[in-house]
Amino acid sequence: MIEFTPKIIKRWMMLSTRNAFGTFLTDLAEDHPELFAITADFTKSTGLTKFKELYPKQFLTAGIAEQNMVALASGLASEGYNVFASSFASFVTTRCYEQVKINLGYMQHNVKLVGIASGLGVSHQGNTHYGLDDVSLMRAIPGITIIVPSDCTEVAKATIALVNHKGPAYLRLVGEGFIPIVNPDDYEFQIGKGIVKREGADILIIANGTMVNQSLKVAEELEKEGVDAAVVNMHTVKPLDTALIQKQMQGKKLVVTVEEGQLNGGLGSAVAEHLASTAQAPRLIRLGIADFFPHAGSYPFLLKQCGLDTESIKNTITENIR
Amino acid sequence: MGALSKSEQWAHDMRCEIIEASHDVGKQGVHLGSALSATDILAVLYADILKYDPLHPLAEDRDIFVLSKGHAYIGYYAALAKAGFFTPEDIKAQFMTDNGWLPVHPVKNLEKGIEFSGGSLGTGMPYSVGKAYALKLAGKNNRVYTLVGDGECDEGSIWEAFLCAAHLGLDNLTVVVDCNSLQQDGPTEEVLGVDIAALARACKWNVVEVDGHNHEELHKAFTQPSPNQKPTCIVAKTIKGKGISFMENDNAWHHANMNEKQFMQAKEELS
Repeated sequence: MIEFTPKIIKRWMMLSTRNAFGTFLTDLAEDHPELFAITADFTKSTGLTKFKELYPKQFLTAGIAEQNMVALASGLASEGYNVFASSFASFVTTRCYEQVKINLGYMQHNVKLVGIASGLGVSHQGNTHYGLDDVSLMRAIPGITIIVPSDCTEVAKATIALVNHKGPAYLRLVGEGFIPIVNPDDYEFQIGKGIVKREGADILIIANGTMVNQSLKVAEELEKEGVDAAVVNMHTVKPLDTALIQKQMQGKKLVVTVEEGQLNGGLGSAVAEHLASTAQAPRLIRLGIADFFPHAGSYPFLLKQCGLDTESIKNTITENIR
Repeated sequence: MGALSKSEQWAHDMRCEIIEASHDVGKQGVHLGSALSATDILAVLYADILKYDPLHPLAEDRDIFVLSKGHAYIGYYAALAKAGFFTPEDIKAQFMTDNGWLPVHPVKNLEKGIEFSGGSLGTGMPYSVGKAYALKLAGKNNRVYTLVGDGECDEGSIWEAFLCAAHLGLDNLTVVVDCNSLQQDGPTEEVLGVDIAALARACKWNVVEVDGHNHEELHKAFTQPSPNQKPTCIVAKTIKGKGISFMENDNAWHHANMNEKQFMQAKEELS
């Protein structure tokens, strides 16, 4: 049983999203004998050390063999397990993409793919280790739910939701080390239902993951300049909460999507695809990584390079309002 | 020549079905060579080895067969028809027809005895490892059998699965490698020349080498217990296109269609 009190939530802030995931899954395993955790040589990195100790019969390391891990996870799922298969986002999506397509997509096995260290969080490690195309790739496969939590509270919410969800999903965990609290109190989380973090009259910002916190900061800055921005936490990229977009876009001058990932096929693309077929939709600008491999460096350096630091986001928005 | 054993009779009937069904779909072409090399293996499995009940296809105590080399589909469909999961009429109506439930590469359909959507090489075997491990954890006695091709063993995911299955001590898993020695680019020996038996042994598997058309040898390999909790790899030497003289060892029949004359000759040879 995971409790959501402000005090406990504050403590989670000290966890990275990946450790938070492993911790929560371990907590949930007590009441869920059908859970199975499998990882590709990342037991500690995915926060699953305790899970392995407590539930050795529900845990497996597949070795550094992601294709084997995903197909094996599906074999386990076909016998009734709810399998969480985790590794670095980059490896668990791209290395074994076909296995994901066939086993999770085509055959709809009940496997939750968990990509840790997604986005730019691993900073100096470079593009082999960034998770920038994972959302795009998962979106291209029919029938896979995609969730990108905005902080550790939401990692808990998403993990609980996925433990109770039957069907394949991708849980994208962004951020390295400390991740700011966006959700300080208990709240209702539902797969496929975006959350209005801030109401506003002039523009609509749609973000997920680390970019929710960033967008809220941007909204504060914009307020000083007389721009009233609404911010939606679109934690579920698929299925996309089009009803909420439809409602929130009314009367807005501009819709802005912000994501820590490639623009080719990610959250912004999903929103664009919807707005393109929507009558009288406001203009859309999409912020994210614009079709290039960022040069490795510190996290703030990377955000600035990709136009995802608060100042760049704010400036792009103000330039586009005028 | 003495009377045919049950599995030999099945193999004969399956070859007839393979030829009929391939003829029925006209000029579209079928992976004939690979289906015919695997026919005896499939016949022994479905006639004598696998535990299943077509009236209760989801029975929890059933053995699991995964066709990893999905391009042997027409041999597989012929075996499932012999086994009673559907009929030759169903093959006629459903195989390669619009919206039919027997497309070229099999689609998972437990009601019809199809456990896995195969076709992309190297995907069925690691799935079987997960399946076998789950059954072992549950303390069940069902076995998992997987058929892979020798060309398919070029895929890295096959060897990831080989390593993993041995490590997990999956003595409830049997993998048959249909070694017909031909892949699309030519003889396997010339493409990569993978020594499958040696590699499987190096992966700590129990390895049995047999003539993949000799039912007695296949039967023995399937029934002998595996020592030391090892998974078993049956390396079955086969002939691509086995049973139809003009198709045997000719890679042109990897995927092809017969003209009327060839169809008549094939039927003649099987009668």
